[in-house]
Parts: sequence; structure tokens; C-alpha cells
Amino acid sequence: MRRAYFKNNWIAALVVAPQLMIIFVFFYWPTSQALYWAFTLEQPWGGGNEWVGFENFRTILNDGRYWDSVWVSCVYAFFTTALAMGMSLILALFADRQLRGYRFFRVGMIWPYAIAAPAVGLAFRFIFNPSAGVASYLNLAFPGVWDPILNGDHAMAMIVFAGAWKQVAYNFIFFLAALQSIPRSLLEAGAIDGARVLRRMLDIQLPLLAPTFFFVLVINITDSFTDSFGIVDTMTGGGPARATNLMVYKIYEDGFRGLDYSGAAAQSIILMVLVVALTVFQFRFIERKVHYS
Amino acid sequence: MSDITIRDVRKSYAGTEVVHGVNLDIRHGEFIVMLGPSGCGKSTLLRMIAGLEEITSGEVQIGDRVVNRLEPRERNCAMVFQNYALYPHMTVANNIGYALKVAGMKKAERLEKVAAVAQTVGLGEFLDRKPGQLSGGQRQRVAMARAIIREPGVFLFDEPLSNLDAKLRVQMRHEIRRIHNRIGATSVFVTHDQVEGMTLADRLVIMNRGTIEQVGTPQEVYDRPASTYVAGFIGSPAMNFLPATLAEGPVLWLATGERVDLRGVMEMPRGLAPRAMLQLGLRPERLRIGPVGSGAMDVRFEFAEELGSGRLYHLRHEDVPVTVVSETKQTLREGEPVGLTLLPGAVHLFYGETGRRIETTLRSSVNERVSA
Ligand SMILES: Nc1ncnc2c1ncn2[C@@H]1O[C@H](COP(=O)(O)OP(=O)(O)OP(=O)(O)O)[C@@H](O)[C@H]1O
Ligand SMILES: [Mg+2]
Repeated sequence: MRRAYFKNNWIAALVVAPQLMIIFVFFYWPTSQALYWAFTLEQPWGGGNEWVGFENFRTILNDGRYWDSVWVSCVYAFFTTALAMGMSLILALFADRQLRGYRFFRVGMIWPYAIAAPAVGLAFRFIFNPSAGVASYLNLAFPGVWDPILNGDHAMAMIVFAGAWKQVAYNFIFFLAALQSIPRSLLEAGAIDGARVLRRMLDIQLPLLAPTFFFVLVINITDSFTDSFGIVDTMTGGGPARATNLMVYKIYEDGFRGLDYSGAAAQSIILMVLVVALTVFQFRFIERKVHYS
Repeated sequence: MSDITIRDVRKSYAGTEVVHGVNLDIRHGEFIVMLGPSGCGKSTLLRMIAGLEEITSGEVQIGDRVVNRLEPRERNCAMVFQNYALYPHMTVANNIGYALKVAGMKKAERLEKVAAVAQTVGLGEFLDRKPGQLSGGQRQRVAMARAIIREPGVFLFDEPLSNLDAKLRVQMRHEIRRIHNRIGATSVFVTHDQVEGMTLADRLVIMNRGTIEQVGTPQEVYDRPASTYVAGFIGSPAMNFLPATLAEGPVLWLATGERVDLRGVMEMPRGLAPRAMLQLGLRPERLRIGPVGSGAMDVRFEFAEELGSGRLYHLRHEDVPVTVVSETKQTLREGEPVGLTLLPGAVHLFYGETGRRIETTLRSSVNERVSA
């Protein structure tokens, strides 16, 4: 670091202050509050909080419903990530094949990512609405084939679609950038060596995409655990019969509907630990193996 | 082994033509070097042969097939790229064997072949390494091995040696020529290094701005350059050029007003208009420095550069620089006037406007007298 740039330390302090304040207000403070709630229990008739140690966590981890929610979250994370990454990879591979006007494409593709999750949810709720939406034509042809309001699997499929759609754009940008950074001559060498388009993708482009692939994977999984609230809230409200009650949504429900602050806080701590662990794991153990040259 | 026929091939990028109708016949087993400055379209032409670049118009034929519409893999060409284009995620063995793998060869057989080819280019001990762990020269060898292993009909090289240091470049040059002779494939080698071109080629193709200026053996191109462009490009140091007008017969007036009498040196073709604008080209290595008035023209000495085996003399005729390479080491004062003597093969004449060569008849017997 070049300290000499700031002769007066208070200028430096002034410059970083807004950022520090934002981080404090929106991260450290809520986190510390969550920690406080997670390890305490509010007295039934007021009178402050009582220290209970890991009691809240024990309750949660012994609750079958919590594990249901964990399972549902994992299902959602798996399918959203797989769908979003698969779709974006295919799109990027095609866009990379010298498609004219890909610059325009690139901008066009980022828009979905800029749309707030609830808006995405609302749009998809309309599209997938069994009686009024686009999907209603499906029901007209095959009555009862699509009913996310009563069928939990359908509901899950619906939020997976919405979540993946929102994520595709972001992944696409990364994949396309990574593909474009692969020297053309490698693919030409592959062509000369006799490999067809698909073979070149599999043998040359995909392996060279690996670092980007794992980065995007981490981001996608993390996002599907933490950033799915808006979609669930607008599309299914966690239903039917808790079939789409993802962990983030359950935190909200327990905390703000059930007013069980301590339970919700403990859940959010668990979720945070999970995400941190996931990130650390992937970056330390997987990404390390996929660097070349 | 295949011959290659190129018929009026043109290439345009977004409406801008960069290769303007090239015709070339390459024979079986020939080593062709395409030589030209940066941006003249060498790579583009090579890549059109390889199938990496679409042919805008014209026809490329390899063997007895027109390949315009064929994919690279159907053309039986191997190519060595300037930056080698090795697959960074594959080991050396896999890099070399990739083409065989794609072709569906059994693993055991493939590995055997890879090991054999790796031996011939001296890579035996590096088979398990990744390209990132190799030196530039070793990477070059991997690229070579990858091309050799396919036993192609045509070898294409796009400046494969330009990233190597001078010594390694000479060594690899010899190796490439040796491999060519052994395998007997037709080779097309692109470079902008005239020494590389002269030493490697069976025939040189000199390119300039998307057209071919001259095709010929290195000796032909050196002895009878088809244009001032070729003359200036081939030979080191470059040929000297002096603007002149034709007086009468083989007598010229230099732009500086001096009269140069070439009567003893050559005979001019008939039909040249008097007062025609010419370029008088003089090969530096065919000139000698003598006393004032002894040679064909007088020049002033400026300075000399030591070459070890000889000297490079920088002279000046009025304001036109003239260089002379000679083994004789003379001590001259700056500004000293000296005479220039012409040895056989020194003089080349070109049309002033078009820069094309004027075919002249040498008079070697009489020339002896003049150069004495
Ligand atoms: N993809 C392209 N789009 C537009 N113009 C191109 C493209 N590729 C090459 N050109 C142009 O075509 C001309 C010939 O390029 P080419 O690469 O064949 O030159 P070169 O003789 O190989 O030069 P160098 O010795 O620098 O490699 C150049 O003027 C270049 O700008
Ligand atoms: Mg080139």
C-alpha cells in the first residue's frame, strides 16, 4: 500500500467512512443482533432476554420441519444451479461462435439480472398461472397437467425456473468472457487436428472454462440459498404444504409471522455458516486444482 | 504428399480486399517459403489453404480435390502456429496425440506413436509435463511433433520460429528442413525473415500488399529480382537505388547530373524510350571501392562498420546513401571522395514508374576490364 498518498489520516478516514458505515449498518450490526437473538430467549412476559446457550440451535436441529426446509432448499439450489449454468453455458458457447452483434446480445442478456427478484417472481407467476397464464394453454390441451398451486413438485419447478432465469444472465456474461479469452488459435489447432465443433467444445473450451465454471458454481449455489426470498414470497409463499419453504423463507416466516426471533436468528446463523463454509470449501479445495500454466 | 494449386484466390474482410488474386502452383514435396513484410497477407493465404479462413473467390486445390468447401480436417494439412497454440490443459503427450485420439486410434497404439515422435524431436523426457512447464524451444518442438505425428500431405508453418532466440532459430530451421526431407510432405512456410526464406526454400514466393511479386528459387530471386520491391527485400544489406534517366544505349544520367556509362557492363533491350525514368539498383556486395575516377561513378565516404569478416562502408552519392560490403579493409577519411567499381551482377535496372525489372544482357567478358 502506498501510504504516502494520504498525508492527513483524517482524509483517509473520511474517504472510507461511508463504506465502513454501510458495512456496519447492513452487515455487522444485524449479524451481531442475530447472534444475540440466537443465543438468548425472550422472557414470556417481557423483562429482557435470557442467555440459553445452544438451546435454540438444539430445538431447531431437532425439528423435522427444519430438515424438510433444508432438503427443499438443497433441491432448489441443485436444480436452479444446474439449469442456470447449463442454459447459460449453452448460450455462451453459441454466442461465442462468432455470432454477429454479440455485443448487443451481451447487454441484452444482463437485463434479467438487473430485475429485482419479486418482479421476476410476479412475471413468472403470471406465466405459470394454471388458469390465466401462458401455461393455461397447456392445461387446456391436457387438463390438470400443470397445477403449481396444489402440486408441490410443480410449485418447486416453477420457482426453479424463475430463479434459474434470473441467474442465467449473470452466468452468461462470465462464461462468454471466459470463452472469448480462450485464444482462437487453440480452437483452430483443434480444427486442424480433426476435431469437430462439439468435440472442440468438450476437449478444449470446457476444460479451459473450469476456473470460471467453479466460480460461477459457488456464486449460483450461494445465491440460490440466500437470494431466493423474493421469488418464493411472490410466487408460492412457501407452499403448497411447505413444498417450497426454503430456508430463507422459513427464517422470515418463523421470525416475522411466528414471532420466534430466537429460532429465526439461530436459523439465519446456520445459513450463514453454511454459505461461508461452502464458499471457503470451493475456493480452497476445488478452484486450486483447475489452474493452468 | 500433395501438390497445391491456387487459382486467382482473393480474400476480403468486410468489403476490404487484402489478398488480390493470387496464382501459385506448388509441386509435390516442395518446400515453399512465402516471404513478405507484416500485413502483406501471408498468414491469410496460408489460413485459406488450411481451411481456417473462408476463400472469398478463386480456388484452392490440394492433390486432385478442390478444397474451398472442405473443413480443415478434410484437407489433410498439419499446421504449426506462431504462438504454437498448444492445449494448455493437456500434457505434452496428449497434445501430440490429440489428432490421433480424435481420429479414434487405440490408446496403446497412440502412446507408442507419441513416444516415437517425441523421441525424434527430443521431447522424450517431457511427455508428462504441461506446456506451461516448458521453455519456448521445447514448446516449439511439441508443436512440431503434433504436426509430424499425423503424417500429413501438407505442412503449413506460420512464422513458427519468430519467438525463438537467434541461435535456436537457426537450429530449428535445420531441423524443419530435415523433417521435411524425411517425411516428404509438401511444406508451405510463412516468414518475414528473408534469411530464413533464402535458406529454407526450394522456391520463394515474395508477397507484397496481397499480391505475389515474384516466384522463384532463392538464387533466381537474388540474381534477377523482378521489381525494386523484391530487390530491396532480398539480400542483406539491401540493394542501393539511384534514380536515373536513360541517355542513350546503356548510358544513364543520374538524378544528380552525373553520367554513368554501362556500355561495358550490359546491353539494354531495344525499345526503351530515351529519357525514360529508371532506377539503378546496385548490390552492396558486388561493389568495390577504388581511387576517384577509377570506377563507374564517384561517391564520398562517410563511415564504416566492422563486420569481422569484412566491412560495411557507408558512402553517399550527393544525397543518396550507398552501401558497400567488402572483405578488403580500407582506411578512409570522412568525406573523402572515392570511385565505385562494379563487379559482375552489381547492376540491376528497373523502370522508374512501375519498379519492374528491365531485362538486360550481361557482358561478363567486357565487364572484367571495367572492374579492373
Ligand atoms: N480478421 C480480420 N479482419 C479484418 N482484416 C484482417 C483480418 N485478418 C487480417 N486482416 C488484414 O489482412 C491483411 C493481411 O493480414 P495477414 O495476417 O495475412 O498479414 P501477414 O502477412 O501474415 O502479416 P504478419 O507478418 O504481421 O503476420 C492485414 O492488412 C490485416 O490487417
Ligand atoms: Mg501473419
